[in-house]
Amino acid sequence: MKRRILSGLNTILAALICVFIGLLLGFIILVVFSWSSLASKGDPYTFGKVIEQAWSLGFQRILLGGFYQLNWKIPPGNQALRSEIAKVAPLLLCGLSVGFAFKTGLFNIGAAGQYTIGAFGAYVFALVLGMPWWVCLIASMLFGAVWGAIPGFFKAYFNINEVITSIMFNWIGLYMANTIMYGNGSGVMYNALESKNWKLSIKNPGAIIPDLDVDSSIKFADKSTFVKAFTNPATIGVFIAIAVAIVVFIILNKTVFGYELKACGYSKTAAKYAGINEKRNIILSMAIAGALAGLGAGLYYLTGTEQWNPQENKALPAMGFDGISVALLASSNPIGTIFSAIFKSHIATGGPKMEKTLFPSEIADVISGAIIYLCAFMLLFKNKLAKLLGRLFLSGDAPKGGVK
Amino acid sequence: MDDYVIEMLHITKTFPGIKANDDITLQLRRGEIHALLGENGAGKSTLMSVLFGLYQPDSGEIHKDGKLVKINNPNDANALHIGMVHQHFKLVEVFSVLDNIILGAEDTKFGLLHKEEARKKVEMLSRRYNLMVDPDALVEDISVGMQQRVEILKMLYRDNEILILDEPTAVLTPQEIEELIQIMKGFAAEGKSILFITHKLNEIMAVADRCTVLRKGKYMGTVDIKDTTKEELSRMMVGRDVSFTVDKKASEPGETVLSVRNVTVPSKLHNNNAVKNVSFDVRAGEIVCLAGIEGNGQTEFVQALTGLEKTSGGSITLCGKDITHATIRKRALTGMSHVPEDRHKHGLVLDYTLEENMVLQRYFEPEFQKFGFIRKKKVRSYAQNLIERFDVRSGQGPLTIVRAMSGGNQQKAIVGREIDRGTSLLVAVQPTRGLDVGAIEYIHKQLVDVRDGGGAVLLVSLELEEVMSVSDRILVMYEGEIVGEFDPKQTTVQELGLYMAGARKQPQFADAAYIKKEGGDRQ
Repeated sequence: MKRRILSGLNTILAALICVFIGLLLGFIILVVFSWSSLASKGDPYTFGKVIEQAWSLGFQRILLGGFYQLNWKIPPGNQALRSEIAKVAPLLLCGLSVGFAFKTGLFNIGAAGQYTIGAFGAYVFALVLGMPWWVCLIASMLFGAVWGAIPGFFKAYFNINEVITSIMFNWIGLYMANTIMYGNGSGVMYNALESKNWKLSIKNPGAIIPDLDVDSSIKFADKSTFVKAFTNPATIGVFIAIAVAIVVFIILNKTVFGYELKACGYSKTAAKYAGINEKRNIILSMAIAGALAGLGAGLYYLTGTEQWNPQENKALPAMGFDGISVALLASSNPIGTIFSAIFKSHIATGGPKMEKTLFPSEIADVISGAIIYLCAFMLLFKNKLAKLLGRLFLSGDAPKGGVK
Repeated sequence: MDDYVIEMLHITKTFPGIKANDDITLQLRRGEIHALLGENGAGKSTLMSVLFGLYQPDSGEIHKDGKLVKINNPNDANALHIGMVHQHFKLVEVFSVLDNIILGAEDTKFGLLHKEEARKKVEMLSRRYNLMVDPDALVEDISVGMQQRVEILKMLYRDNEILILDEPTAVLTPQEIEELIQIMKGFAAEGKSILFITHKLNEIMAVADRCTVLRKGKYMGTVDIKDTTKEELSRMMVGRDVSFTVDKKASEPGETVLSVRNVTVPSKLHNNNAVKNVSFDVRAGEIVCLAGIEGNGQTEFVQALTGLEKTSGGSITLCGKDITHATIRKRALTGMSHVPEDRHKHGLVLDYTLEENMVLQRYFEPEFQKFGFIRKKKVRSYAQNLIERFDVRSGQGPLTIVRAMSGGNQQKAIVGREIDRGTSLLVAVQPTRGLDVGAIEYIHKQLVDVRDGGGAVLLVSLELEEVMSVSDRILVMYEGEIVGEFDPKQTTVQELGLYMAGARKQPQFADAAYIKKEGGDRQ
């Protein structure tokens, strides 16, 4: 038991070290930018000034994320925080999608496509069929599940690598969804005036995830917008997503179903020997992964904060790929994914807040990129450590008696 | 004074929680074959890893030719002409034999590989020591025995004088073992010194000059083989008397449990069938042994029987139910348990804990789940029980990741798990492979207990000694067919050997259609 806790601690520490080094690297880059901008002005400057500028106009704002210039009272003051929170839900679910597949021995690089198709499913049910929000959410899950299950089917029955199929299905999904939604400018879901899909609030307000409306029931002293920030439709998704993360954790670690899925992931042959239907499990794993990514899209687009733009969204949604980094940072642990998704959303919100004339907002991406890169190192490092331990125990044949 | 080429003096090596080597002394004479004997986990591999520079001892000295040396890594060992063949070969599968031999010791000219010299040297060495290999064959295409020759040639190519062989016979067929013994004797005659790790007493008696015995990390002594007996060695190794014969009553076969009729299994390697028209019965309360040289269809037959592969003809009936096309789960529930040949590939989920592996065949039963949730406490107590009963040793008990356990203990875990299911038929494929005599004795006893409890046992084994001592009935398989049926009390190893090699065939098996004509019942 003690060792289990230790190894869990080891994982968390490793992730924190990654984060720290990544942030440090980001800061060094900011210092370089700061230095070059000061030097180019020709004024005398000190090293302290360079650091000071890199900190106050850049790094501090990344660290603050949505909390930068936060003002609860004036409506736009908490916009950044709200958008930060709103983005946690899709990130978290895409991270769960990738992490779940990892745990069962599959690499779901198709979260982006499943996310796209999930958004498409939500739009079809909201704008074409006029369904209420919860039906739309289920639809987004089902659409995503189908999109995940197809590569799973090919993997199970024809042993075609799921990475290849799901990359192809990313693009098939994207162009298919865009073509249908755009419908040559006259698609039912397309609003030609805005060059975007229709706003849900105009076409079908019932499809928007409901406001918990806490501040009308609880009498806060000054009608605190703080509460509002956490209970409006854009942010309620976070709680759904966290609940899903817990459910995924329970499925993987406590249930017979999870036991079978992980057995297939660790050893297909041993799972087969144990009478587990490994083909069915591969398809199910991918379908569940797809459903998670699809739900992520549903939770994001059914908030009404953003509309899909079929003509401009020509690149795969970054959410799907950010999901990979979120899952990696959390070592695919569903609970860890909650925190890594929040972190990722936080620094991504902070990036554009930096002084634009001095620092490009992509520094935030550099930081998260560096962190992911370090994560790969950390995994390597941890694996080495585990192997070393394994070798020690193998050759020494483990302590005699041991814990019996 | 003796001419010692290597002396390891008072070596102690501690790992977290265990003293793997405790004050061990091993002296290797020039030109001798020195066996290192010990149970699974006695510290043999650790000691050899220290000699090969993979581990640093906590205390103790290593002397080469009487001079103190320090071996920090395998390169140092190579420089001292110490070579090692690991139990699991370290070969690049997609490289040719020649490339593997020169890897790490390549001749170059102007920075380019220069293989002609190397090829000549390899050819010379393989002629001289009768180690025939095709230098251009890819390692992945050659047999395990051949791969071992490549490993030995690797050592010779580097002019090593001290050859360490870690359980060299574990993967070989009886013929290959015989050849290896001759090769080892040839080396010794040339003045090379051989250290070989094993727990097979027969081989030690056949080939070694002296033997050092370890038990639980401690040095038990070094003996001259000509002055000792198998019994004495095993007593030194295990610490008690070990019986080499299996105590058992005469079998009292009951009803037919397994009935195999005209089963044919296609081969994956060639166009012929790997198993041809095999028919036999196994009854309750008897141990039937399928004997034969490796690669004569036993593996394919068992995979078809247990559902891992499909049959292309014939029928299999278990407990009166036709299971020819049943799923693996269905077969297991009908009453079949299976100790698989490849414990890493099939028998265990290596990254699961020991307790999770202990319920690998039973996790779905109501005892271990409720509403789809695993009942962890039940799993834990069940695993604890099996661990104690079958003496499965591990670092962290039920929570040990199985990958970190020694092979012998992994095997004990599988055997325990499968026997405890109490099914009508137990299919055990080489259940004692890689185990030491103590554990072998125990598992043999368990098999006999299963039989006495009314179970049917189908044992597949390559070890003739095991075949003779455990089974009640022997079927010999040769090239996918059954060529003879024997009562172990009325046959000899020599007679079995003739059938296994395909030199003879009993008349009733000469015509494969015989069984069909007789309507399938042949006693």
